Amino acid sequence: MANCKETIRELEAFLDGSLSEDGHHAIHAHLEGCTDCLQAYDFQAELRTVIAAKCRNDEMPPGLLSRIEQCFNEDFDGDGRIG
Amino acid sequence: MQYAPQLYSAALRMTRNSSDAEDLVQETYLRAYRSYAGFEQGTNLRAWLFRIMTNQYINTYRAKQRRPVETDLADVEDLYLYRRIGNLGALSQSAEDTLLELFTDEEVKTALEELPDAFRIPVLLADVEGFSYKEIAEITEVPIGTVMSRLHRGRKAMHKKLYDFAEQRGIIAAGDDDQVKEPTNG
Repeated sequence: MANCKETIRELEAFLDGSLSEDGHHAIHAHLEGCTDCLQAYDFQAELRTVIAAKCRNDEMPPGLLSRIEQCFNEDFDGDGRIG
Repeated sequence: MQYAPQLYSAALRMTRNSSDAEDLVQETYLRAYRSYAGFEQGTNLRAWLFRIMTNQYINTYRAKQRRPVETDLADVEDLYLYRRIGNLGALSQSAEDTLLELFTDEEVKTALEELPDAFRIPVLLADVEGFSYKEIAEITEVPIGTVMSRLHRGRKAMHKKLYDFAEQRGIIAAGDDDQVKEPTNG
């Protein structure tokens, strides 16, 4: 099992899912027994969820898709090829 | 064109304006259309489209902006935001609800968009689009170790920016270090 210092240091990689299997288990085991670190983990995980949700909710301008489709049907830039 | 909405949002985070973002998405699809023969069936179409778009952005738009690469990138400790706002509203609601309410969409977008390109693109690809280190290394054509260190620094700088927004709005008293949680030891 990892200690608090190791857990906080590895938290980002843990959240990224990039630790080895053993490393992942060590952090997971520590989080199960440590309220302080679990709270930090929960905050970091939710922060990512919120950032992702707020950064990918832009509405596409109307007409963009049909403009793209149109390019696929004509010689868009005059080089003699479709597209 | 199922990925077009994702590509458009990501293009906005890259170019920071809607007309350039539209052009970028359109150019991405055109390039994809023309080089589709080079796409290996069975590999990740979404990653391939993001790779085309990232290259296109770097080659055309970045040249215009001439932003310094690393100046003004805040260097702060780990868990910077958590140690300062982690206990806001902890008793009444989940961290997710607190954070959702605390920051506006515009603030979160701005915090990301203000990162220099070299940091913004990895953070965008990892934390918004959910790509792995390996995929980001392939999309940005940067070694995986560099991706990891840029992600680490970029995220911290973005969290610092979010903290600054909270402070500006008076949610957190400026410079009140009593509120900073002590790092846990042990």
